[in-house]
Amino acid sequence: MATMRYLQAIRLAITEEMERDPNVFLCGEDVGQYQGTYRVTEGLLQKFGPMRVVDTPISEIGIAGLATGSAMAGLRPVAEFMTWSFALEAMDQLVNHAAKITYMSGGRIHCPVVFRGPAGVGTQLSAQHSQSMESWYAHTPGFKVVMPFTPADAHGLLKQAIRDDSPVIFMEHAGLYGTHGEVPDDPDHVVEFGKAVVRRKGKDCTLVGYSRGVLMCLRAAETLAAEGIDCEVIDLRTIVPLDMDTVAESVCKTHRAVIAQEEWRNVSVGSEIAARIYEMAFDQMDAPVERVAGADVPMPYAKNLERAAIPTDSDVVAAVKRTLA
Amino acid sequence: MAKTVAERSSEDDIQRQELTALYRLMVLIRRFEETVYQKFHEAKIGGYLHRYDGQEALVAGIIPQLQLPGDYILCTYRDHAHALACGTSPGAVMAELMGRATGCAGGKGGSMHLIDPENGFLGGDGIVGGPVPVSLGVGYAIKYRGTKNVCVCYFGDGAMNQGGVHEAFNMVGLYKLPVLYILENNQFAMGTSVSRSTAQPDFVKKAEAHGIRGERVDGMDLLVVREAASRALKHIRESGEPYFLELNCYRYVGHGIGDDNTKGWQTYRTEDEVSEWKLRDPIAKLRDTMEARGYLTPEQADKIDEEVREEVHAAIVFAESSPEPALDSLYDHVYS
Repeated sequence: MATMRYLQAIRLAITEEMERDPNVFLCGEDVGQYQGTYRVTEGLLQKFGPMRVVDTPISEIGIAGLATGSAMAGLRPVAEFMTWSFALEAMDQLVNHAAKITYMSGGRIHCPVVFRGPAGVGTQLSAQHSQSMESWYAHTPGFKVVMPFTPADAHGLLKQAIRDDSPVIFMEHAGLYGTHGEVPDDPDHVVEFGKAVVRRKGKDCTLVGYSRGVLMCLRAAETLAAEGIDCEVIDLRTIVPLDMDTVAESVCKTHRAVIAQEEWRNVSVGSEIAARIYEMAFDQMDAPVERVAGADVPMPYAKNLERAAIPTDSDVVAAVKRTLA
Repeated sequence: MAKTVAERSSEDDIQRQELTALYRLMVLIRRFEETVYQKFHEAKIGGYLHRYDGQEALVAGIIPQLQLPGDYILCTYRDHAHALACGTSPGAVMAELMGRATGCAGGKGGSMHLIDPENGFLGGDGIVGGPVPVSLGVGYAIKYRGTKNVCVCYFGDGAMNQGGVHEAFNMVGLYKLPVLYILENNQFAMGTSVSRSTAQPDFVKKAEAHGIRGERVDGMDLLVVREAASRALKHIRESGEPYFLELNCYRYVGHGIGDDNTKGWQTYRTEDEVSEWKLRDPIAKLRDTMEARGYLTPEQADKIDEEVREEVHAAIVFAESSPEPALDSLYDHVYS
């Protein structure tokens, strides 16, 4: 085990996979000479050269096409979007091409591509740069959608993503880049998709989160523990595939559930999980499922308004108390 | 040094064989398209249907020159001809159109998404301009591997007004990737003519603006297309750099099945215009040339026509007798 930051764990995963498989290459804006907008890709150009660390123009359609086409022709590209907000430019290449080519071809073409970059809200970046849109991709058949919380998961899930033969949407959280954690010292450390992990055991209420939403849940659980309320915290790790078995098992024990996410509430990941809890365990529920989510507004700039739009652990605490009322 | 009679005769033989094969391919494409139109109206084929009648030289003049597999082809939803030229069996194409399990995409793609990766054909693309960003990636993969292969990417005049095409051109020009762009300029983006859709109708200039060499070529003459493509392919294989050919041509029928041949196109073009272009028909032109050179007799042409009709008929029999995809295959291939 080595202790490192979330962004270093991502860099390590890319480095190890590029060393392991010569078909893996990296492309994106300022990933090479500039060393990465968030320094995720620092040192990779020097290590692997310009053919495998490709600086692109600010052309998201081009980046997505470069990745999709090269994957269709047998390479394993890791394409970085400077932020997931900019990926909107490339939606046709993503949704109509990368996600569909395998199905449309009756399984005759594979598209082993990873699209990655920072997502998440905060730091007064306002409407066009501060948003979380995982449900857009989770809604589209053909994508796997991965949102790691810990450095170890960022490492193991990204390595799995690069080895996966399907297109993977890998959403990092810019607000987690600086967080520390232990990462296994194993070049074959991979974390299987569709396996949620229980981050904290508890019996009174199930808290379901992913990415930085897990932090909200863990902090809320701490606060509630001081009041004698014992919460179980589940980290989904991947939105697609979604490990509902782990969620349902927990809910059958606690009979209450709160889902915490940064993305908008309306038609979101939380909506889907709530619906599935009802489908799988309706008669087990002692209270309606609660959802803690971003306000359904474009992110405002002013500090006080932004604070009001972003969910926090105190929102989770309040939601848990409602389920117990 | 003067060639001997024997040498000239041997070259003649090769020319005769090559041109006969290309003539046959163009006739196959024409008959195939005429037949699928009938089958659509018999409700044997669903969805959209985009025919290639009139544009055959663009495919027959280029794809048979490729090294398949090895080279790659991407094209638009007007893709039946490309599949046939890549060597996909007419039966597998017809079965795909009829939504059968034996189709080249197992019935999951349909007319717009024919595919045959074993023959280098990475598929028809239903989005105008869509294959061009993909060609950037395919070209990059070729360069990455360091082979002398080429990606040939077909697209229409309408695609030249799509933003993603220009992003991709810029990057292909910047990275110097081995892609041959074939602009199938059939004069209309659905019902909107080139003059009504673009402020700069000189498409070669637009390619050159992105660092891609290009030229404009008569797409109604197979020999001209073949010669231009041969030069372009040689240039790409030698230099690794992209090339752009604007091939002027004309689609005889409407844009798609919703733009019916009998009335739809009259809103944006005249019967006289269609008739004028048909005077330059690429199949008739090649036939005349071959007859003049003594490569083809009217009897041989009739025989080819008869063989092709049988081949298309066999494709229909194959497709119609093939099973539909199994219902339990619905969720197959969402993921690899």
